[in-house]
Order: sequence, then C-alpha cells, then structure tokens
Amino acid sequence: MSENTNTNTSFLNDAGNRALIFQAVLLAVVVFVGYYLFSNLQANLETRGISTGFSFFNEPAGFPVLIHLIEYTEADSYGRAFAVALINTFVISLLGIILATIIGVIMGLARLSNNWLVARLATVYIETLRNIPLLLQMFFWYFAVLAAMPHPRNSIVFGDFFINKRGIYSPNPQFQDGSGFVLAAFLLSIVGAFFIVRWAKERQKATGHWFPAYWASFGTIIGVTLLAFVVTGFPVEFDLPSKSRFNVTGGMVLVPEFVAVLIALSTYTGSFIAEIVRAGILSVNWGQTEASRSLGLPDGKTQRLIVLPQALRVIIPPLTSQYLNLAKNSSLGAAIAYPELVAVVMGTTLNQTGQAIETIGLCMLVYGSLSLSISLFMNWYNKRMSLVER
Amino acid sequence: MKSNMGKILTTAAIAATVSATAGAGTLDDVKSKGFIQCGVSQGVPGFSNADEAGNWSGIDVDACRAAAAAVFGDAQAVKFTPLSAKERFTALQSGEIDMLSRNTTWTYTRDTALGLDFTAVNFYDGQGFMVRNDLGVTSALELDGATVCTEQGTTTELNMADFFRKHGLSYVPVIVQKADEALAAYASGRCDVFTTDKSGLAAHRSKLAEPNAHVILPETISKEPLGPVVRHGDNQWKDIVTWAMFVQVNAEEMGITSKNVAKIKEESKDPAIRRLLGAEGNMGDSLGLGSSWAYDVIAEVGNYGEVFENNVGPNTPVGLPRGINNLWTEGGVMYAPPVR
Repeated sequence: MSENTNTNTSFLNDAGNRALIFQAVLLAVVVFVGYYLFSNLQANLETRGISTGFSFFNEPAGFPVLIHLIEYTEADSYGRAFAVALINTFVISLLGIILATIIGVIMGLARLSNNWLVARLATVYIETLRNIPLLLQMFFWYFAVLAAMPHPRNSIVFGDFFINKRGIYSPNPQFQDGSGFVLAAFLLSIVGAFFIVRWAKERQKATGHWFPAYWASFGTIIGVTLLAFVVTGFPVEFDLPSKSRFNVTGGMVLVPEFVAVLIALSTYTGSFIAEIVRAGILSVNWGQTEASRSLGLPDGKTQRLIVLPQALRVIIPPLTSQYLNLAKNSSLGAAIAYPELVAVVMGTTLNQTGQAIETIGLCMLVYGSLSLSISLFMNWYNKRMSLVER
Repeated sequence: MKSNMGKILTTAAIAATVSATAGAGTLDDVKSKGFIQCGVSQGVPGFSNADEAGNWSGIDVDACRAAAAAVFGDAQAVKFTPLSAKERFTALQSGEIDMLSRNTTWTYTRDTALGLDFTAVNFYDGQGFMVRNDLGVTSALELDGATVCTEQGTTTELNMADFFRKHGLSYVPVIVQKADEALAAYASGRCDVFTTDKSGLAAHRSKLAEPNAHVILPETISKEPLGPVVRHGDNQWKDIVTWAMFVQVNAEEMGITSKNVAKIKEESKDPAIRRLLGAEGNMGDSLGLGSSWAYDVIAEVGNYGEVFENNVGPNTPVGLPRGINNLWTEGGVMYAPPVR
C-alpha cells in the first residue's frame, strides 16, 4: 500500500518535500529581511555621516575605570577597556552565582526546618527580597552601605584592615621569588587530595571500611602548602594600607560598588533559588527518607546521599534560569557605578565614540554568549545528574 | 546562534527606527506636527529643569523656546524629552528629537563623527571641582589621592583623566550613570570631589542640603562651549536654530528687550533694527520663516542678557556671575554675526 501511495503522490504533495520547501522559503525571507535591514542601516548611517566600524577599538580610551583586574590606564585602548569591563562582568556573575547558590540552599533548607523561628525567618527573607525590584535593592544596598560606614578619617581599624565609606582595605600580598614553588606544592597537594578521596571510595566499596577522606585531604592541602611556605622562607610580602590625606591608600580594596552589587545580586537571586530548592526537596517522596532511616543512616547522610541527589534533578533546570537571570541582571550594576560591560561599553565608550550600533551589538553578543555558556554547562551537569536515575 | 540572533535583532531595531525618520526636512516635520521636540537634561537647575507642575525652564530650555518662537511665533510650542548624557546623541541621530539642548559641549569628534552639527554657543563653560569646605583644599593641584565622583558619558570623564595624568596625581574615579546619583554619592561621602562643568557645579550645589558647606575650586581645567545640536545635513534647520540664538545676542547688543521690543519696532528709525524686527524687508524668507521671526524670539523669550539673568544670573539660586558670557562689548566673548 505504502509503496503505491508514494509513487502516486506528486512532488508537491510529499510531506518531506513540503517541509523542505517551507523551510527554504522561511530561510529566504529571514535572509532577505536581514539583508534589507542591514543595507538600509548602512545607507542611512552613510547619509547621516555617522562613521561605522570597530577601528575605534585601537584608539586610546582616555577614561579611567574604577575596578580593573588586569593592568589598565587611561592611555590604554578602548579594546582593553572592553576587556576590563568583560572581566568585571564575569567576576560579578561568577561570584554572584556561587553566593546565591549558597544562600539559596541554606534558606531553602531553613524554610523547611522544624524550628518555627528559623522557618519563619527564612519565609520573611524570601518573600521580602523576591518582591522588591532588584534596581531598588541595589540603590538600597549602595546608599545604605555608604551611609552606615564612617568617613575615611574615622575608619574602623582592625590591625592592618581599614573599613570606611571608600571600601574595605586589607594587606595586599606581593609574591616574591620562590612563591612559584609554593604554588606548585599547593597544586600538587590538590592532586594528592583527589587521589586520597578516590582511594577511600574504592576501599569503602571493596571492604566497607569508612575513611574520613575529606578531612584527610583538607589537612593534606593545608599541611603541604604550609610546609612549602616554611621551606621557602615565606616568600610573601604585604603591601599594607595606610591613611593618607584623603583616603586610605595601598593594600587591597573592596570598593562599596562591588560589595553592593554582589550583595544585591546574590540575596535577590538567592531568594528565588531558595524556593527552587524547597520545591526540589519536597518533590522527593517522604518514603525515601523513611527507608533511609530504617536502614540506619543518620539524618545528615539521608539528606546528602538520598534526598539531595534526587531533588537535584528537579532543581537544576529552573536553577539554570536563575543563573542566567543573575548574569544578565549584573548589568544593573551600571546604575551604581560598578564598571561592568554596560557601564563601560554602552555608557562611556558609546558616548565618547558615538558608535551606538557597534557597542550595543557587542554587548548583546557578550551577554548572549555568556548566557549560552552557562546554559550549556548546566545542561551538561543536568545530564550527568539524570544518568544517576535508575 | 542565539547571540547572532540578538545582534541581528539590534541591528534590525536600529535600522527600523532610523529608516522611519530618514529625510532631511526637519522644518517641514516640525511645522506639520505643530511643535518642536527638544532633548533636555534630566534636571540641571538654571539650564533645563522642570518644576513641580512640569514646567521647564533654563537657558537650554530657552534655546528650544527661541527656535519655537522663530518657527511658530509661540515659545510654548515645544515638547521636552529628558535625556541622560549617554542617551542624548542617539536620541537626536534616530530622529526622536528635533534638536538637542542639553548643556552639550561642542567638540571635534562630536561635530564630525557622530552625524551631528553644533549650531551656536549659548554658554561658555569650563570644568571645575567641588569639595567640602572642611577638607581645607584650596586648589585642584592638592587633590592627589582623592576620590572623584562624576556623571558617566560626558567630556567630564576624559578631562578629569587628562588633568590628573598631566599633573601626575593619583585618584580614584567613581563614575555614576546619572548626575543625580553621582551627586548623591558625593553627598554621602563616597567621594571627596564632585566634578563637572562649573555652571553645573553651581547648579548641583544649590541642590545639596547645605550649599555653603561646599566650595568650587578656582581651577578651570577645560574649555566647554555649550550649545544646541541638530542633525548633520539639514542646513535650513541648523540655520534656524543658530540664528534664533544670534538674534538674542544681537538684541542685547542693540538694547532691545522683551519689554521694549514692541515699542522699538514701531518707533525705531535705525535701519539695522528695522530689518531685524521685520519692520523693513523680509529677513525671514531665506530661513523659510515669516518676517516677524526675530521679533517673536525677542518678544517671547527675551534677549540673551535677559535669558541669562532669569535662569542662572546672580539673583537666581544658581547665582553665576556673567563673566566670560558677557557681550564682547562688555569684556566677554558673546559675539554674534550681524543680521543683514
């Protein structure tokens, strides 16, 4: 029968061919519209005498950036300023994601706690922060932090640490000759710790004997690194902060803009993650916990080995969206002077060069790729976790 | 793929807005909609500031009103779009506004590479520094190690960097997106110094809780000629905005004010004045305007001196001296080509 119908249907009536034709038409339309808009844009820019292209990237930027983790001065190029801003965005997103996850897990567990006070406090935290716009929270933290701190002249002093409106100043370690050896020892000890954990797992599988692998590996890392320090004669000097006429100078400084953005991002996203964690844990059947208990596993291990691995499967997909939100929300830092991508590229660079389309396009590209990489990583992790399912 | 899509979409969005407003005849556009859409600041007292009732006033606002008076004979035929420093050029380029009058500095790059044209200078300014009295600073050269707050997306950022580099001084830049928040950061003690154009400093100081606790340092670190901006390539519209300003300067020079302009038009025998006010010939023709265009500007908005005194002069909260903005005949640099 099917052979018959196949030979009888005309080319246009074949489902496969039709699908192909429709897709080809759609593609042609998309390409044409894209080409039309692009050429229209080019023509318009030309008639208006607006210069285009990315050649400005090599010109000196001339403006300062408050936080730069790589070497940067005003004489450097716009390209370097872009790199500085990119790093600032990555750093705040990464730290924000880590902190938000920690806060979210703790608060999610706290809301499920049997302790009435702890559970209520977690509820209040979650409901408050989830329901206030993030930008407002950023302003709140920025100006609240600024208002609460003393003027540099009356800094709070703990030994070599200073705290004031301009930031938290701490000694800045300067690594001298021989610190390479210490770093090597540190890395080696991490590898060693990894092997200890693996050995302990194998042994437990084979013999059933339990070994405190995590404590042992932790001790190994600290011990070996310390030993390396002693052997090389402490090759670290500290650049100490000290008071000058206006500010505290020298040392390492954690500026209030960074602190405010980090607190705002991590507590806000943390409140959403808390609910996701709670939902994930509640999704695991109570029978699992009862079964684990009747096998004699203590409560901590029940959570860690039985409940959480199953909850994670429910948690990870929505968690990915929260991570993506956090990375994108980091652009709000521009409002309170945190020099991230939007501030430096879409703010200052755009204004100095006037290259609106190039700079905005570049920012979209960066946020797109950032989100996509987070997404890819989380999907990979999700797949890994799903494989555990039986 | 996702990121590519994003890029295409931006390009698409921008391409669409640009194409929608392409075409040079701003005067025709303005006439057909019946008002001028004017880009101003989000609140700089004396330059462009809205009161509680939403009425705009200031030197920059009067530049828009002068253009409206020239075109419509009605200084109120203006709608205002408050813009941040970084939004302003895009708003003009995309045709969202007809003219930009937002304490904008005339620079080479802006005039040549952005598709914009500067018209005339309505305020000669220069960048300065404001500090608290109790810091005991008397000169900007003592600011080594200071923390400096300023608004993002202005020439201020670059001038500040140049000044500190030139003098080998270290500093910490805190660059905030909006002027009001930059000022709030300064007021809260995040910064020792607030920097912008000196007129802006005076305006912002009047907004602080204790204006007298802050002092503007004597140094002027840059030239900041401020003036209205239009799109490049629309020469007729540029002429209108330019000459609306020049008429005000000429009027002050000739002693014509908004109060006496009606009387002078009737009584004056001076051919230069009769030409200017449209009592003789039609000077407006070549601009595409009526013969009373200059008369309307002076009658509705006033001469340059009046505009200055009403908005930023010594008797206003901003309290700026006339200084360099005086007429050339009075020791300033305000000089306009003759109307003839």
